[in-house]
Amino acid sequence: MQHEIIISGFGGQGALFAGQLLAYAGLAEGRHVTWIPSYGPEMRGGTANCTVIISDEEIGSPLVRRPTAAIVLNPPSFDRYEPLMQKGGVLLSNASLIAATSKRSDIRALPIKANEIAAELGAAQMANVVLVGSLVAITDVVRLETLDAVLEEHVSARHRDKLELNKQALRRGAAIAQ
Amino acid sequence: MTRELWKGNEAIAESALRAGLEAYFGYPITPQTELLEYLARKMPEMKRVFIQAESEVAAINMVYGAAAGGARVMSSSSSPGVSLMQEGLSYIAASEVPVVLVDIMRGGPGLGNIAPTQADYFQLTKGGGHGDYHPIVLAPATVQEAADLTYEAFDLAEKYRCIVIVAADGNIGQMMEPAELPAPRQIDKRDRGWELTGAVGRERRIITSLYMQPEDLEQVNVRLQGKQKQIEQNEVRYQEYLLDDAEYAVIAFGTAARVALTAVKWARAKGIRVGLFRPISLFPFPYARVAELSKKVRALLVVEMNAGQMLEDVRLAARDALPISFFGKMGGTVPFPDDVLPEIEKMVG
Amino acid sequence: MLAKNMQVVYKMPDALTDVVTHYCPGCTHGVIHRLIGEVIDELGIREKTIGVAPVGCSVFAYNYFDTDFAEAAHGRAPAMATGLKRVHPDRVVFTYHGDGDLAAIGTAEIIHAAARGENITVFFVNNAVYGMTGGQMAPTTLPGMTTTSSPRGRDVELQGFPLHMAEMLAQMPGASYIVRRSVHDPGHINQTRKAIKAALKVQLNQAGFSLVEILSNCPTNWGMSAMESMNFLKEQMVPFYPLGDYRIADAVKSLIVK
Repeated sequence: MQHEIIISGFGGQGALFAGQLLAYAGLAEGRHVTWIPSYGPEMRGGTANCTVIISDEEIGSPLVRRPTAAIVLNPPSFDRYEPLMQKGGVLLSNASLIAATSKRSDIRALPIKANEIAAELGAAQMANVVLVGSLVAITDVVRLETLDAVLEEHVSARHRDKLELNKQALRRGAAIAQ
Repeated sequence: MTRELWKGNEAIAESALRAGLEAYFGYPITPQTELLEYLARKMPEMKRVFIQAESEVAAINMVYGAAAGGARVMSSSSSPGVSLMQEGLSYIAASEVPVVLVDIMRGGPGLGNIAPTQADYFQLTKGGGHGDYHPIVLAPATVQEAADLTYEAFDLAEKYRCIVIVAADGNIGQMMEPAELPAPRQIDKRDRGWELTGAVGRERRIITSLYMQPEDLEQVNVRLQGKQKQIEQNEVRYQEYLLDDAEYAVIAFGTAARVALTAVKWARAKGIRVGLFRPISLFPFPYARVAELSKKVRALLVVEMNAGQMLEDVRLAARDALPISFFGKMGGTVPFPDDVLPEIEKMVG
Repeated sequence: MLAKNMQVVYKMPDALTDVVTHYCPGCTHGVIHRLIGEVIDELGIREKTIGVAPVGCSVFAYNYFDTDFAEAAHGRAPAMATGLKRVHPDRVVFTYHGDGDLAAIGTAEIIHAAARGENITVFFVNNAVYGMTGGQMAPTTLPGMTTTSSPRGRDVELQGFPLHMAEMLAQMPGASYIVRRSVHDPGHINQTRKAIKAALKVQLNQAGFSLVEILSNCPTNWGMSAMESMNFLKEQMVPFYPLGDYRIADAVKSLIVK
């Protein structure tokens, strides 16, 4: 099984970090992983996306045109990736910012008001983590407990106080997707 | 040692430190900057030399000086910066001091862009600067391989007293993958008879690339060419995938090879007997192996992230033995496997 | 063989090799080489000295100094010397270059070596012309001065103004010792010798970047006899490039013998 995941949003929405969470979790579960960012001159505010592949086999191309799953955090990302989704793919969109919904019947599209959910937890910037929780609930790409462990290891000292909130965000995202 | 998730640029930097890197001189340029930043953090606390130079021109000449002094030394840059370094590289090649350079290739010509390409193939493998010389050029396709080749690059540079270039594209520099980095090692510091250390109790030594008498310079060139022949004999590296029963072959290096491998597997699933040949040493290019391959299969497809540079070496190796097609993406656009599959199908006809 | 009761009062410095140089008759490179050689002997540092000379008339300097030596690319001696010095901080590293090299193609390298306070010593021989290539206009060519590439005389409107490197580099906080001297007569040659010694002492005391700009002649490319060139040096060059101490950092004042 090979999961080919694209996470995309405005710079600052945490698309790259969300992808790294998945990659670290994949590694922790002994799978093959790659994480590759789009890198631009914009340090802040531009678009940012990454491709994460988690596979039981050695990974060839680290880049995919047609993902099996995508988390889109803003409208331009929805417009770009919705048509590219593989048949049977999972498209999670941040409905707090994205009004459009998918008309495709061959994918599973799930709009989730991730900003609101994160805000209810008191951490508006955790919409990315909420949607990672949703992705895990739907696709079984990695286990939720593995992500907890990854968060323990990789949330920086500066954001240590947000560790529990991150874990809650994962679970809220998972719950709403189920 | 455990496998950890490493960003390519940082894995290369850490691997160089573990290989015994004593001095680094560089200049910021995307997409290799994390490499310089990593060493800027680590080297001072390890009491090793790190300088952010005023230009790539200065950086490579600092490298030249430190190498002339006998240190394990490295620089890193990306395509436009490597263009600026060509003068120094020519002097280094002529003076026969060991130097490692990392090129995280980006889009060109000109300022181009910062997206990944393989368009420095000519610049790196064909000499780059003036005069007759070729650096050893090693092209990793994974973060693990980037770390391993960097580690080994120092040994090769010292073995042949030459330039070794690790040629990766922006993807490999920016990508994170699990890798197990080589173990740190102590370098055996002994006088090798050529480095400048001060003429304490011995005859003075000179590091120069100037030989005014054509006959003298001819002799230097003869020696350099002899060394190059040795390198061509000893240091060819490549990897083959699914080629045993192949009727067709794709040839690609670095990121393009990974993309091609996925397409090759898809083609196999469709019943096409195709394999992949991946040169790891771009210089010395595996001419002999490609020549053998060209007698074995019916057609070749070369895939690169440039306009067809390695293609010329493939043609040199294969002569006119078989049809050779090419698929390239330029300007920092990266091919996807679904771009390559139709090219394989076209080759099969 | 010396007769009894006779003393050696003049000999080839140990730091120089006993070969005929390629420099033109009347050229002061030979004088400057000798001064550096004498000072290296006097300080007893021949075995710990590494020289670097880039392209220009000084490109063959490695043949003349009996020390380890590196030949650098045009303009890049300060960068190469930086690399050498950083990996051999206990060695004495000096560069020796002309005006075309230091003040044109190597401007960035010299300024940044000074800015870093690189602990090297620079001997900058300014004779206002590209000598090796046959007398073209240099960054330090005087206004109105005729060269093969300014055949009507240097027109500053057209060809820009000469660079005053000692004055420029004296602005750098990283520089510890920046002086200009000349070698047009024995008195000034002695002054130059003292400056060379002071500059090397600055380095030996880990006190940072030192540079001696030495006004020099080029009889061949100036189209003059040796004597005429000395007069030109004295009467034209020195007034335009005033001799003096441009930066003596407080930390190095005690090292300098007047």
